[in-house]
Amino acid sequence: MAYSDKVIDHYENPRNVGSFDKSDERVGTGMVGAPACGDVMKLQIRVSKEGIIEDARFKTYGCGSAIASSSLVTEWVKGKTLDEAAAIKNSQIAEELALPPVKIHCSILAEDAIKAAISDFRKKHADESAAQPAGPAAV
Amino acid sequence: MVQARNHFELLGVAAAYAVPAEALDRSYREIQSRVHPDRFAASGEAERRIAMQLATQVNEAYQTLRHPLKRAIYLLGLQGVEVLSQTHTAMEPAFLVQQLEWHENIGEARAARSTARLESLRAQLSVEKRERFARLANLFGSGALQPAAEAARQLLFIDKLEQEIGDGIESLEDL
Repeated sequence: MAYSDKVIDHYENPRNVGSFDKSDERVGTGMVGAPACGDVMKLQIRVSKEGIIEDARFKTYGCGSAIASSSLVTEWVKGKTLDEAAAIKNSQIAEELALPPVKIHCSILAEDAIKAAISDFRKKHADESAAQPAGPAAV
Repeated sequence: MVQARNHFELLGVAAAYAVPAEALDRSYREIQSRVHPDRFAASGEAERRIAMQLATQVNEAYQTLRHPLKRAIYLLGLQGVEVLSQTHTAMEPAFLVQQLEWHENIGEARAARSTARLESLRAQLSVEKRERFARLANLFGSGALQPAAEAARQLLFIDKLEQEIGDGIESLEDL
């Protein structure tokens, strides 16, 4: 199957490969897997006190499309708020990388990975947001 | 011939995870010899086509039921549990952590060009695989379909690891 230039670019020069310390308070970790192809993806975000994603890392064991999808997502989420990052849709990833229909599941994996990372981060900080709800009304 | 509703019916065995291999083999050979193209050399085109279709179906049924993991996935599907859904990406975190470790170990062994380490990983993996198949059989036995589906999914990941180890060993042999 022919990969698009963008997939090849991310595959050959993956952005943000690596790991953050999982136990770090500012880090959220998402792990997902696709049983049909055995792909495994770990995506981590580091979030500033202001709630902005400062940095992201990933580790993906899988095909070129899965690697490219996670690499792309780590680029996209930087500078975004958690809500903005959570709004990323797999269809946007698939479109950007020109994924063929048989590889759509790779973009689903990447979307689920970022959502899982955000939810892990929010779980770590559940107490604070309950104590001081976000938004102007709380100030 | 009566239209069979599924692979189990087609091969005349009870729809359960524990299928007797000999019964399966016997039934497969018996039906294949009945629908063999040689027997239909002198028949009309319609009959030949039906025989051919049946031969293909029986082949697929046999390949599916003879394979313990394919059988599990197929049986769960008959019972309305979809194992291979594209949108099912949430696996047990501990399992995924373990998967990442396996991939790292395989990667390191490959980078070190160590067939011995790859062989040792393969041996460890096959122990794990056996244990998981035993667990899968138990889960089917107790009718725990969702846990059985999860066990089947985990075995799919293990298959992939096994394949990767195999590829690694093969690529070292080629040198």
